[in-house]
Amino acid sequence: MVHKYDAVIVGAGGAGLMAALYASKGARTAVLSKLYPTRSHTGTAQGGMGAALGNHEEDHPEWHTFDTIKGSDYLADQDAARIMCYESVDIVYELEHMGLPFNRTEEGKIAQRPFGGHTNNVTKKPVRRACYAADRTGHMILQTLYQQCIKQNVTFFDEFQVLDVVIEDGVARGVVALEIATGELHVFHTKAALLATGGWGKVWSVTSNAHSLTGDGPAIAARRGIPLEDMEFFQFHPTGIYKMGILITEGVRGEGGVLINGEGERFMERYAPTIKDLASRDVVSRAIYLELRDGRGIDGKDYVYLDVRPETVNKYFDKDGIKNPDGSPRRITRDDIEKKLPDIADFTRTYLGVDPVTQPMPIQPTAHYAMGGIPTDIWGRVVVDDKNTVLPGLYAAGEVACVSVHGANRLGTNSLLDINVFGKRSGMDVVRYCQQNEFLPLPKEPAAFVREQLEALRDRQNGRERPADIRLQMQKAMMDYVGVFREEAGLRKAVGILRDLQERYQHISIDDKGARFNTDLLEAWELGALLDTAEVTAVAALNRTESRGGHCREDYPKRDDDNWLKHSLAWCRDGRIELGSKPVTIIDYQPKERVY
Amino acid sequence: MKVRLKIRRFNPETDKKPWWGKYEIEAEPTDRVLDALHYVKWYQDGTLTLRRSCAHGICGSDAMRINGRNRLACKVLIKDLGRTITVEPILGLPVIKDLVVDMEPFMDHYRSIMPYLVNDEPAPVTERLQTIEDRERFDDTTKCILCAACTTSCPAFWAKGEYVGPAAIVQAHRFIFDSRDRAGQERLNILAAKDGVWRCRTIYNCTEACPRDIQVTQAIAEVKREMLLRGF
Repeated sequence: MVHKYDAVIVGAGGAGLMAALYASKGARTAVLSKLYPTRSHTGTAQGGMGAALGNHEEDHPEWHTFDTIKGSDYLADQDAARIMCYESVDIVYELEHMGLPFNRTEEGKIAQRPFGGHTNNVTKKPVRRACYAADRTGHMILQTLYQQCIKQNVTFFDEFQVLDVVIEDGVARGVVALEIATGELHVFHTKAALLATGGWGKVWSVTSNAHSLTGDGPAIAARRGIPLEDMEFFQFHPTGIYKMGILITEGVRGEGGVLINGEGERFMERYAPTIKDLASRDVVSRAIYLELRDGRGIDGKDYVYLDVRPETVNKYFDKDGIKNPDGSPRRITRDDIEKKLPDIADFTRTYLGVDPVTQPMPIQPTAHYAMGGIPTDIWGRVVVDDKNTVLPGLYAAGEVACVSVHGANRLGTNSLLDINVFGKRSGMDVVRYCQQNEFLPLPKEPAAFVREQLEALRDRQNGRERPADIRLQMQKAMMDYVGVFREEAGLRKAVGILRDLQERYQHISIDDKGARFNTDLLEAWELGALLDTAEVTAVAALNRTESRGGHCREDYPKRDDDNWLKHSLAWCRDGRIELGSKPVTIIDYQPKERVY
Repeated sequence: MKVRLKIRRFNPETDKKPWWGKYEIEAEPTDRVLDALHYVKWYQDGTLTLRRSCAHGICGSDAMRINGRNRLACKVLIKDLGRTITVEPILGLPVIKDLVVDMEPFMDHYRSIMPYLVNDEPAPVTERLQTIEDRERFDDTTKCILCAACTTSCPAFWAKGEYVGPAAIVQAHRFIFDSRDRAGQERLNILAAKDGVWRCRTIYNCTEACPRDIQVTQAIAEVKREMLLRGF
């Protein structure tokens, strides 16, 4: 079946929904999502959305810009980072006007809390910049945007999984999607298509990411000749629930929580003397790994504690001389934890039987966020080479995109900004593009490539491989060799394992041969996307012989600006990965050593 | 530990009527029911079909009837259920396949109560102010993840699918009691209709079913009281 829309938006998380609100104002728009929109992973974001409102204390968008660039280890494009940090203020107010239930200050303004890497640029101390709704800020953003889409009558195709983008003569002309309930293929003929499919944490075994985050976007793009940018940079969040990987927000440390090793020591004092537990995520994750490696895990095991018990927090408030704005010593109570961190308390009680009010929480770093992705400009337009040549009609926004605002390491709260700011800018540019351009004809068999892929998976009889085995081995290899610390021998090993798994993937077979709601088939297809994404990640990580942000090479422990102050690009061509690079946009902030 | 799973299966493409699939697996006591279902799907029978995404109780995809109670499969642990676990689709919505139901009737009810902030007064340049107390007034109902566990545990909804159901009332509550909203009266009008809030018989199944611990029955009572106060 063929549908015709000016624009389709693929994915209904924060970026997709914000783009939809703006695109649908001037272009006939449809949103396609493999999940019901409110199931999207934006909903699991917890701690806050950074914006220099200054509701509690002095703050400036320029400070936010500098923190973002410093946090990125100077790999962010400074024009893009500045746009995001300046536009964040208005977009927070816009969300508030849409109804987002932010927590409030005594004056009734939006409440803000400290977060990792966000500082007063003069004193270098943490600043309250993260606008929050308890510890469910992402949930409230997702709900609010979806509510507005209902109000604005946006067209949704729920549980339509996009498997290909149609590009002919260098112009995007639509997408191909599978209607999950029926198994029917649909072609959407469009002027503009926006990919907002989110991340790919399921490449790793310990991850905060949902099962649905399988790298569909980058895989689809790469298979159509689009390069992927900075794929070696993937953030490990310091505080995932031990073994499960479920996210424990940095907001816990924002409220005063501290990391404690097996010797009872608050070890971040050694690694980041000025802001300690609120150093940026790459720094804290590495510190935890180093503690574990030196045998200072809890009871010699591979986890440390995150401690937010009032007696612990208040002890360190006193020790550090942390005060309220009125000069009184800052205090946290049992009630504060229940009120400001209710979901965290619920998670640890449910999954660990640990009550954070009376017990410390066992945590380990967890694969969390893709800094890299499909390269775009500041209007979300996909760019396909080192000269930033635009591919007309194709857009990307949110985690799947690489603008790049996060560079080598994203600051906490900046993902929620990214999706809103660049979702909006993409949506606006989609309207402009659709008004200035006509529909171009579809190729003769636009769904042929997808049909071929699905038939190969569904019709193969007696394949000797099981998708779950391959997935597990991929996740383990990525965790062991392409995790927080990396070195050449391990990376080579990972690349070898992934190539072997790619070969074995050609021999998988599935049980479900039906058309109706065939998740067996879709999981098998998603495994292909994961493998492609994993392989690009490992190859790019092997190639970058320096340490920067989330990419830490033990054999090249220093940042190397002479050779590597550049974005990497990777093309998948004829089953091989070709590498290139493009320059970083540097405006006001020359790279310097990064100390917290 | 060994766990026996009894799962209600039905694929309209191939089955004349629903049947019970029986599976034995090895599981850790701390595993989620979702982990057990994945084990079956990934290693024993790939045709088993369910929805899931975040796996920690936030996305709302995997509401099911587990040992006779509506739960999220990702938020209930094996150790709290014993060695035999029965899993069925939630009730009151048409089954598409196995544990997957058609959510559209549920979403229609949700959309019917104007689930969005209405305020046409010119917005200030910065945020609309709201006191901590006013924000607290509707805090509980902002937690809703639209999983349908409440609505599909409600006998009034089973009896009459036109009943708007607890989830839609919770969503209405979230706006009726938001000091920034101006459409409370319209929502109350919608809920005062014959398939609205008065079909609630205060059975409390919804409150027990809610995986987010929302006081659903209380929220419904507050909506009813607001109607009486406004002379409905």
